Amino acid sequence: MINPRNPLWRYWSLGVLMVVFFAFLYVPIIVLIVLSFNQNQTATIWTAFSFDWYKTVLENPNILRAAQNSLIVAAVATVASTVFATMAAVGMAGKTFKAQNAFNGLVGLPLLVPEIVTAVASLLFFLAIGLELGLTTVIIAHVVFCIPFAYLPIRARLEGLDPKLLEAASDLYARPWQAFARVTLPLLLPGIVSGAMLAFITSMDDFVITFFVAGAGATTLPVYIFGMIRTGISPEVNAISTLLFAASLLFVMVSFFISQKK
Amino acid sequence: MKRDPLLGRYALISPAAILIFVFMLLPMLLMALMSWLEPGQFGGVKWSSYTPEAYVKFLFDRDLSDVLVFNTDYLSIFSRSFQLALVTTLLTLLVAFPVAFYIALQTPKHRTWLMLLITIPFWTNLLVRTYAWILLLRNGGLIDSSLHGLGIVNSPINLMYTPIAVQIGLVYAFLPFMVLPIYTSLEKLDWRLLEAAYDLYANRWQTMRRIVIPLAAPGMVAGCILVFVPALGTFFIPELLGGAKTLMIGNLIQQQFGVSRNWPFGAALSFALLAVVLIFMLIYALRFRGKGSLT
Repeated sequence: MINPRNPLWRYWSLGVLMVVFFAFLYVPIIVLIVLSFNQNQTATIWTAFSFDWYKTVLENPNILRAAQNSLIVAAVATVASTVFATMAAVGMAGKTFKAQNAFNGLVGLPLLVPEIVTAVASLLFFLAIGLELGLTTVIIAHVVFCIPFAYLPIRARLEGLDPKLLEAASDLYARPWQAFARVTLPLLLPGIVSGAMLAFITSMDDFVITFFVAGAGATTLPVYIFGMIRTGISPEVNAISTLLFAASLLFVMVSFFISQKK
Repeated sequence: MKRDPLLGRYALISPAAILIFVFMLLPMLLMALMSWLEPGQFGGVKWSSYTPEAYVKFLFDRDLSDVLVFNTDYLSIFSRSFQLALVTTLLTLLVAFPVAFYIALQTPKHRTWLMLLITIPFWTNLLVRTYAWILLLRNGGLIDSSLHGLGIVNSPINLMYTPIAVQIGLVYAFLPFMVLPIYTSLEKLDWRLLEAAYDLYANRWQTMRRIVIPLAAPGMVAGCILVFVPALGTFFIPELLGGAKTLMIGNLIQQQFGVSRNWPFGAALSFALLAVVLIFMLIYALRFRGKGSLT
């Protein structure tokens, strides 16, 4: 451990850089939040405080439907990808075997391939097999690219487990499934929770892939916001963007406090 | 009753493996195939009529008498994308390394809070973060009006819809992607190595160059890939901040499935982008095998 008071570790210029760095990171977000409470129609000149734009947003049926679609997709994608990822992580743990490398490669694929390539390939594939673009295609695509995000934390947690615990369970005559349900699963739970949270936020935030495979009826929130931004800035976009930021903030905070408790 | 113990493990892995194989790997193979087909009249492809046209189109134009003329339009979009992605990678690296180093120097409690501050934008929707920059960059936006207010400029600054706006947007978007892996490799740094260096009369710069930077290298390389790959393939950042003048590969690909309706060309462009990324990955895998990983 280092002693931060030791003059060896004092770099005052780094302190200045940190201030500039965090200003760069947060000023745009703060401007966005402030302007979302602005009464004025012209989105960048401040006049008075108001909640008007939030009211407009929450009364807009298209936005509500897009939000509903986003939640449906994210819920299904989170549950499905977390279940498959947990199964795969359990299957991958233990003695090594040949097919493991192939699976490692497969599971890394959605992380390494540029999103737009995945989007184009998925679009062409869905059209080629005659699947109509809609909520189904969005859900399939989301389940697939959420698997690695759910898988990695679960796998990491599993690697840190003490194998002696399972040996102890079998010494005490637990059947394999009993050992899994009573020993592995409870210990794995924090990994599963953080995997599920990663999958959920990844699905909620996805724009590029959804934009390609959504079709007309399955607009999600990011796709809808993109359409709004393309037609120009407006106080409505400020408000909905701030809401989305607040949701992310809440999410990060919750996972932060969960991880602090461990 | 004896059975192969591997069977159960295969069964556990197979749903995830099959899903990724069918809905990710197969589509990419299909995309490669489609890049060799003839485009349909209104989008789509003509099956079973093979042509290298999509790849020819990248470099040549057919004039009225069907003669191939060298055309650098697409090439210049590719080189612009590379340039923007490369500069983004360098700028983020230049900022992220000292930031990660500073955080690693703090007490554990401080570190956690600083990392939380970096994680928040990391998990905020990229579209939202890009939009926030429109509010700052546009004429009449925050930067423009404050420069006017201070009397520094008299005419509109016209920052929006320029390569500079795209560059700012890219750096802003991917900066957290660079900080996190570098911090991960510095977090476990053995500070006694630095003390030893100082004991041996190394100055700060030498310590940095000979000890800190080599130990942070795996994180830096991982960060460079995490920034370069998505920056190269991005499509809504140039779309929103660059307008029609600063197209990148991603925009060109998207256009082939929108206004241009040339699917094989879109597939060929995507495939070219994928090939570039895979080459970078291969270099990474060969050069940094086992020295820390991307994830």
